[in-house]
Amino acid sequence: MSNSATSAKRDHSAQLGGPIQSCIERKLQAALVPAHLQVINESHSHNVPKGSETHFKVVAVSSMFEGKALLARHRLVNGLLSEELEAGVHALSIVAKTASEWEKAEGVVPPSPACRGGSQK
Amino acid sequence: MAPGDEAAERSAAIETIKSLVGNNKVMLFMKGSKLFPQCGFSNTAVSILRACDAEFETFDVLSDYLVREEIKNYSSWPTIPQCYVNGEFVGGSDILLEMFESGELEKTLAELKK
Repeated sequence: MSNSATSAKRDHSAQLGGPIQSCIERKLQAALVPAHLQVINESHSHNVPKGSETHFKVVAVSSMFEGKALLARHRLVNGLLSEELEAGVHALSIVAKTASEWEKAEGVVPPSPACRGGSQK
Repeated sequence: MAPGDEAAERSAAIETIKSLVGNNKVMLFMKGSKLFPQCGFSNTAVSILRACDAEFETFDVLSDYLVREEIKNYSSWPTIPQCYVNGEFVGGSDILLEMFESGELEKTLAELKK
């Protein structure tokens, strides 16, 4: 994907994003200074009311992940978003890569699995 | 529920968690059951462990809200599913998937059989 297409896509989703999505983007942008960042609200794919901000996917490429094992990278992102996770985000799918890993993966992100009903509360 | 009762029930939930983690080489806290996962991410975790031919136990956090709350404190991990191997927290479905794809998960599980 070209840089302009990526940033255009990011701007588009930012325009449509709710307050929690915007907050997540701001926090991760500031803390990770990422080469690539996508914050995707996947709530619509789940058994929750329309307009929810409960299920997110974060794709981040950052030098902050260098030398860190997978678990440490995820704990870093979880820590940055602890307020959102306390407040109502209850699913957070994370792809956390260094620039060289992202290049090797050719920017391909595995799709999130389909909902299977959840707790239906 | 009286505060004393809830404290006692929380302690019991924590003991349940410790026991499950300590007594099972591979332990998955998930939504739904091994046969009927009720969440796509939990289903992914089960599928991966099955693909590795792992022997694993599961606990349905939807059946017990205290365990559902306390496992998040116990692991310092905010979401479900949560996988433990040999008493150690490994991660959620994203981490299991990456470890599976890299071969690291099968290697880790093979070590358990020795």
